[in-house]
Amino acid sequence: MEVMPKWAEVILVPLISLLLAAILSALVILAIGEDPIAAVKMMVTGALGSTYGWGYTLYYATNFMFTGLAVSVAFHARMFNIGGEGQAALGGLGVALACLYIPWPHWSLALVGAAVAGGLFGAAWAAIPAWLQARRGSHIVITTIMFNFIAASLLNYVLVNLLRPKGSQDPASARFVDTVNLPTLHDMLAPIGINFSKSGPANVSLLIAIAACVFVWFLIWRTRLGYEIRSFGNSESAARYAGIRPFKIIMVSMMISGALAGMMAINNVMGEAERLVMNSVEGAGFIGIAVALMGRSHPFGVFIAAILFGFLYQGGAELALWTSIPRELIVVIQALVILFTGALDNMVRMPLERIFLSLRNRKEG
Amino acid sequence: MDAYLTILQLLDSTVRLATPLLLACLAGLYSERAGIFDIGLEGKMLAAAFFSAAVAAVTGSVWVGLLAGIAASLVLSAIHGIASITFRGNQLISGVAINFLAAGLTVLVAQAWFRQGGRTPSLFGKGRFEPITLPFAESLQSVPIIGPLYYELISGHSILVYLAFAAVPFTWWLLFRTRFGLRLRAVGENPAAVDTAGVSVVGLRFAAVGICGVLCGIAGAYLSTALQAGFVKDMSAGRGFIALAALIFAKWRPWHALYATLLFGLFGALETRPDVIEAVIGMKVQGQLLSALPYIMTVIILAGFVGKAIPPRAGGEPYVKER
Amino acid sequence: MTTAPAIELKGISKAFGPVQANKDISIRVMPGTIHGIIGENGAGKSTLMSILYGFYKADKGEVFISGKKANITDSQAAIAAGIGMVFQHFKLVENFTVLENIILGAEDGRWLKPSIAKARRTLVELAADYGLNVKPDALIQDIGVGMQQRVEILKALYRQADILILDEPTGVLTPSEADQLFRILDRLRSEGKTIILITHKLREIMEITDTVSVMRRGEMTATVKTSETTPAELAELMVGRKVLLRVDKSPAKLGDVVLDVKGLRVRDEKGVERLKGIDLQVRAGEVLGIAGVAGNGQSELLEILGGYADGTGSITVNGQPLDLTGKLSDGQSRRARGIAHVPEDRQREGLIMDFTAWENAAFGYHHDPAYRSGVLMNNAAIREDTEGKMERFDVRPPDPKLAAKNFSGGNQQKIVLAREIERNPDLLLIGQPTRGVDIGAIEFIHQQIIALRDQGKAVLLVSVELEEIIALSDRIAVMFDGHIMGERLPSETDEKELGLLMAGITDTDTPHSVEEVQANLAHAGEGAK
Repeated sequence: MEVMPKWAEVILVPLISLLLAAILSALVILAIGEDPIAAVKMMVTGALGSTYGWGYTLYYATNFMFTGLAVSVAFHARMFNIGGEGQAALGGLGVALACLYIPWPHWSLALVGAAVAGGLFGAAWAAIPAWLQARRGSHIVITTIMFNFIAASLLNYVLVNLLRPKGSQDPASARFVDTVNLPTLHDMLAPIGINFSKSGPANVSLLIAIAACVFVWFLIWRTRLGYEIRSFGNSESAARYAGIRPFKIIMVSMMISGALAGMMAINNVMGEAERLVMNSVEGAGFIGIAVALMGRSHPFGVFIAAILFGFLYQGGAELALWTSIPRELIVVIQALVILFTGALDNMVRMPLERIFLSLRNRKEG
Repeated sequence: MDAYLTILQLLDSTVRLATPLLLACLAGLYSERAGIFDIGLEGKMLAAAFFSAAVAAVTGSVWVGLLAGIAASLVLSAIHGIASITFRGNQLISGVAINFLAAGLTVLVAQAWFRQGGRTPSLFGKGRFEPITLPFAESLQSVPIIGPLYYELISGHSILVYLAFAAVPFTWWLLFRTRFGLRLRAVGENPAAVDTAGVSVVGLRFAAVGICGVLCGIAGAYLSTALQAGFVKDMSAGRGFIALAALIFAKWRPWHALYATLLFGLFGALETRPDVIEAVIGMKVQGQLLSALPYIMTVIILAGFVGKAIPPRAGGEPYVKER
Repeated sequence: MTTAPAIELKGISKAFGPVQANKDISIRVMPGTIHGIIGENGAGKSTLMSILYGFYKADKGEVFISGKKANITDSQAAIAAGIGMVFQHFKLVENFTVLENIILGAEDGRWLKPSIAKARRTLVELAADYGLNVKPDALIQDIGVGMQQRVEILKALYRQADILILDEPTGVLTPSEADQLFRILDRLRSEGKTIILITHKLREIMEITDTVSVMRRGEMTATVKTSETTPAELAELMVGRKVLLRVDKSPAKLGDVVLDVKGLRVRDEKGVERLKGIDLQVRAGEVLGIAGVAGNGQSELLEILGGYADGTGSITVNGQPLDLTGKLSDGQSRRARGIAHVPEDRQREGLIMDFTAWENAAFGYHHDPAYRSGVLMNNAAIREDTEGKMERFDVRPPDPKLAAKNFSGGNQQKIVLAREIERNPDLLLIGQPTRGVDIGAIEFIHQQIIALRDQGKAVLLVSVELEEIIALSDRIAVMFDGHIMGERLPSETDEKELGLLMAGITDTDTPHSVEEVQANLAHAGEGAK
């Protein structure tokens, strides 16, 4: 019998975990001799107080939606894909190649083409660990970690030896032509009379990310494929009995996961940097883990968690700019969120279950 | 003779680079043999590297620094233990969290403490582990073949290197010749057998995680106080993951852990000597390929193309008494 | 002067979350006796014994050992109090040797060598005293289950246990191995040991125990002298009402051959051959029962018929061959061919415990046009269909939105059964249909199986419960070590003959010694490695 009502399961547990992470983060700020309340105020002003701040917050959130969804889809098949970082890096390569070598007539076509290219590259990079898991039983966690490092070396090689323009010292590709530059929120909102900051990098990719959230929801909860993915994730032995092929589910779920991570590149590579640089992913692949855990692998939860992390990222950047708190504070907060919503889930859940149990026993008794 | 010296120098730096990998690999071996997966080796090393360098810089004593590094690593081990043993959480997720916690906190604390952009002051004198010259190393140096071998390769490392190498036979003995080892291996294979035999699963697993913390602490201290002279941001640079790779490569066996980490150490040493590779195989090898080689090899091992690696059976599974 | 009871439990209560597993249980067991505890699955027998062994902690109640109050907080304390337990699922380390398993937790000092040497000597003595022979240096994974059980008993004796608890010890044994075990228990009793035997088999209670307690739904309903009770009385105490111990059925009306299996061979993941050339036929309107000790290839037979193991040989259904490897050898293709399958382990295979009843009701048939619209699932249609199924199969509570894990074992099985039987299959594969199911549901499930057979369908029944096989089958095939040892008609055989066949002995007319049976089984065990 269920011990806890559904609302407690879905809302109360993550909320308490988050609160614990927040309290500990505040203690960390105190410990390094800063004022947590002032810090939060500065983060809120910096990230949400202006359309400039929102422009960055939503830009980061776009990245995290893609990577968070990527981790979530894999989670539903009980695959822990730590390789989002490498898949997003390869996605960047795909996007860059599409933007550099195909003469797109208009940005909208370029966006579709780049998204497909990024998705394919990301999916391909996830497909190898997936195949190794499905056919050779190699643990996906270890192989995807290894593939992050291999991706870093590969990108390093490609940028330094192949894509770097002649005469340039910088390990980065050439700048993309102007026709593939994506409209920013400023460009999109100006025609309807909203004056959004020009310098915030949030762009049309945000809409693609939101569409991806809807797509993943449909995929997981409404399609037969999603049903099969969830079945496999819940019980591999039952899936085999039902005629759901493990090989297919592992490959498909990991490739969708990799494609989502790879598609992130339309935001950071195409939308923001407008060229491919070294370490373009900047840890967004790992933040996807925190986002997926916090969002309980549900697309709506991922959407909310991605915006929260976008806020933290932009707020953290503001802190680093105006105070002596380094940006790494965000990494600490991210760690605490993963710890409390992921690994220490039972620490919150067990006492809560006890409370609900005694409440119910009292009602019955 | 020149070629011989070059080889000795190459092997010498192999030993230096293999040492932190070996310590971390043995750390992982204790933990995983007891059924606790640990992908947080990287984070524990990093935290230890920072705290040992920081405390050594402040106190001027590398030994106090070493203790501080071990303590920092143990704190992270305790978190991993509480999450994965006490609260039966997901060991992989806990490990990921610990890696980020270390990556963030080290810079945060370094900045608050030293205000040098996330580094510690450079260490010198008693703040570092100095190389030890073994007896007769200098007088034997002129003896052909053996002299240089002894002087260049065997002598002249810091005490931690010798400690790491000594830990290999010790670990083997502990695991396979003592009561503690029997129980440790049993708890990684079938914790219920240990529990019903009247031995505490929780106690054993915490002990293993604790030993893992100590060894990671030494590995981290070695990085910042012996290999380098001070802490810089992210200085573990993926070594925790290479150690993990070596552990799989070694199939969770102590002696094989030594061989695997030496091999990966050799790759690291070759990365800085592209001239040697060119001389040996007659063509240029990209540095990026060399740095990726340990990961690529691990994937090949994992794929079972070179023998199957079977992890401890209860690994990664929290122990819950069945209903 | 009266002797104190070896064990006395007073007012033991234990809850797991909202489930009350033991309610105010008291029990006394005199030294040098065998006490049986009988009850249905889930009656709380194992929980009670796990409390006595310190594996779980009781919420309330007291334990007295030899008249003294004992505070058994963990297994360590239980061992110190002289209690040993052989769990239903053995607690052995597979890649350790017999000796290593025996000394684990009872080592003689910090170093292994002297401990092992001492255990080797002790083992020789114990083997001489009780006839418990084992190979001290064999790995657990290389010896058969009967041998593993001996290791578990030796573990307890090595720790000088005076009280031995055995939880469903015969579930994995052939009848003759079970007889052997009972002889060992008898010997232990005569040496003054106290034994508690947990079982759900009435026959075993009658055969060996001195006294017996009956448990029902967490409560102790009666404790009686075995010599003063009857199986019928015990059954009634277990269930709380009179039970029908046999199934009523009319003679089979045989039709054409539906399932025809020839020369079927299957290897497991390790490459070990588990089916070694199986030939069998099932006709329309017939139940073919496969008897055998667990692990002799029955599971593999169901798996390849169900489409999730690969093999060689030939299987035809209604004269058409089935693919035994490749893409068309999967559950989907089998279902399309009119094969329905109620798997042996409903919690691991038949159901997804976290899915709702309606999601489970479509499981395996989720590509059915009635359940889908394009790439999407037609959830409304599935839910409606599930409501009807739950009503017809009397699933309680009849709530399609409830997760499978929240139903009792019997109701879970009814959900699976409804899903498979209502497909109107030509062939029903059904494994361990009543394992972990309460008696009320057992009767219902048996009736459904017979009803399907009476509609002219073919049924292949696999069960380790001989009584069930004999009661339901129109023909019985016995499996041993990947072979069919023989076929019998239920009217022309008995448990004894089937038991010999289950041990791999085909000339059932001549008498056989226990040692011969043992040797045969050990040989088969090695062959399987």
